[in-house]
Amino acid sequence: MMINRFSMNRRQFLQASAAGLATVAVPGLTGSTAFAQEALTVGFIYVGPKDDYGYNQAHAEGAAVIKAMPGITVVEEENVPETVDVQKTMESMINLDGASLIFPTSFGYFDPHMLAMAAKYPDTQFRHCGGLWQESKHPANTGSYFGFIHQGQYLNGIAAGHASKSKKIGFVGAKPIPQVLQNVNAFLLGARSVDPAITCQVIFTGEWSLAIKEAEATNALVDQGVDVITCHVDSPKVVVETAAGRGAFVCGYHANQSPLAPEKYLTGAEWAWGNVYADFIKTAQAGEKLGNFVRGGLKDGFVKMSPLGPGVPEEGRKAFEAAHAEAMTGKLSVFKGPLKDNKGNAVIPADKAYAEDAIDLESMAYLVEGVVGSTS
Amino acid sequence: MTVEANNSALSLEPGGVSSFRPALEWLARRAEPVVIGLAAILTGLALFSVFILAIGKSPVALFQIIYAGGFGSWFSLQNSLSRAAPLLLTALCVALPARLGLVIIGGEGALVLGGVAAAAIATPLTGILPPYPALVGMALAAMLGGGIWIGAVGFLRHYRGVNETISSLLLSYIAIALMNQLVEGPLRDPASLNKPSTFPLPADYRIGAIPGMDVHWGLIIAVVACVLSYVLIEATRFGFAARMAGGNVRAAQIQGLPVGRLIVGFTAIAGSFAGLAGMLEVAAVQGSANASLAAGYGYTGILVAFLARHNPLAIIPIAVLLGGLEASGGLIQRRMGLPDATVVALQGTLFIVILFCETFYGRFKVFNPDLWPDIRKGNRT
Repeated sequence: MMINRFSMNRRQFLQASAAGLATVAVPGLTGSTAFAQEALTVGFIYVGPKDDYGYNQAHAEGAAVIKAMPGITVVEEENVPETVDVQKTMESMINLDGASLIFPTSFGYFDPHMLAMAAKYPDTQFRHCGGLWQESKHPANTGSYFGFIHQGQYLNGIAAGHASKSKKIGFVGAKPIPQVLQNVNAFLLGARSVDPAITCQVIFTGEWSLAIKEAEATNALVDQGVDVITCHVDSPKVVVETAAGRGAFVCGYHANQSPLAPEKYLTGAEWAWGNVYADFIKTAQAGEKLGNFVRGGLKDGFVKMSPLGPGVPEEGRKAFEAAHAEAMTGKLSVFKGPLKDNKGNAVIPADKAYAEDAIDLESMAYLVEGVVGSTS
Repeated sequence: MTVEANNSALSLEPGGVSSFRPALEWLARRAEPVVIGLAAILTGLALFSVFILAIGKSPVALFQIIYAGGFGSWFSLQNSLSRAAPLLLTALCVALPARLGLVIIGGEGALVLGGVAAAAIATPLTGILPPYPALVGMALAAMLGGGIWIGAVGFLRHYRGVNETISSLLLSYIAIALMNQLVEGPLRDPASLNKPSTFPLPADYRIGAIPGMDVHWGLIIAVVACVLSYVLIEATRFGFAARMAGGNVRAAQIQGLPVGRLIVGFTAIAGSFAGLAGMLEVAAVQGSANASLAAGYGYTGILVAFLARHNPLAIIPIAVLLGGLEASGGLIQRRMGLPDATVVALQGTLFIVILFCETFYGRFKVFNPDLWPDIRKGNRT
């Protein structure tokens, strides 16, 4: 076994070096059409465990999709902190595994870590999850991809609005940052499309992964009469299990959590990274230039919904399907005026309706009317 | 916890077989930690091999990957050294108070606060000062922040009788919450939308790499801190007094030693080292203060300090060893398909076995010349 390991490592290393010398391992820079015949090693880096029922699992499921594609070797590393560790992991994947395309999946990997490695290894392609790439500021061998998942939270809200008896729904959020605020607001707006009397209580835990506070927040929500809960934390497992254990319904996030609470799981907003990664790989194998700024929503197959659970009543099913069909056309506008924040200020005028990809949404700093909670 | 070398050697007659004896005694006393330490590490590796065999993998392949990933090439060695740099300083945060008999596990909080203090003062300093003075100012702010934080633990311990282990741990949670509050509030760069951070340090104010290496200057600074700490403990009156208070606090008090000042002083110095580690993370790695500062360096530092038996010089190789283990952790995942927890399990196994082996110090006659038979009298007990 040990001899096998060693000879394999060396062979991979030599292959990669040879490929590097011949500059054919560099998709997009050479324009070589012979690239389709070459082996491609792709590195995936996760900030947490690959089986967290959440953010990291969603990416690992995407990696599993391309692992099955011919000519592709996938190397993965989990639990890599956003420190010099991730820089070294990228370098190790490039130097020891011969990776020529790297997906550092955590938001905090971008600046300064991925940018530093991209400058050091200009022949390696880096694509980062999060939508931070700007043509004027960032090198050409880097890029971003992200999805409009707030639409999924809007659909979650519709299912929640039909399932809730108390008309109080709840949200466990990590931090009051634009991406999370979009989701909280979309969840409430979805529910209010069913019944304008519904309110949504939000609790921020302050950390992306802090199981104890997530459980406390979930219990506190149920204690206040909330009967449908969703979340935006790295691993929704604790929220889903705690809420279902207390008898509340849950809507999922990041990945499909229905196996954790089959009776109480209504639906969930999931990433469909397999589609996104497969597209990148096909582009690379065709010898074409990889996109630098790739975004999409339900229509584009970046985001998908978990199958509806038994807790969604029949009319809820119909409303969900109708809104889902609208979202699949790309024309569903979740954030449209007139809209006030929960302090009474008008935030979107009556004649304004934001498209799903509107760049203004990415700096959202308010909670809409009907959300109980504060951004600070 | 620490067993001091007893230097009151037997008074020997000159000449005869015993002329080699001083050299042998010197060797025996210094061999004890090396032999016991190596035996502990080998036992730990053997136990861990059983675990690896039980899950159907080859321990030989695993250890080869650890060697290749951590130490086997210049790239791997630099990888290990990069990871070791912050551990040196956070280990000092544990080791220095330990010489006074205090178990402090809150270095993470001091590191985080040091990073925030450095980033906070950087904003005004970079406007008025050139890079070097500004970096010195940042380092001082970080050391002050970390020093006050852990110094407060020492103060509470001595003057109010609060358990230092618990208070340092709880204070580190408070420090992380405070960091989040500051970074998401008053110190936030409004441009950092989805990852709240302080204003980034300008490029020419960053700490760069050591020439010819891929490791930032923080490594050298941390090694110097370890050497200075060793001198402080072993060669100054302050250090001697601290060791004495650590050995027997009542005896030290009866001797008139200022135990309170020693405790607060040592904990403050320890905290300032962890704070400095935070400043280095900001100035050499992150470029700003944000939640990534709380990456667990403070906790791994506890492991390093205990493995080094709170000897500041021994911290250097132990930190590199642990840095190497972490560097190879990725390769273990990628080459063997083992989960990340493998390296954590290995660290845990080594930690337990090494702590267990602490109980063997002083048990073996061969390491204790005071118990050797006196050959001159033909006494062969």
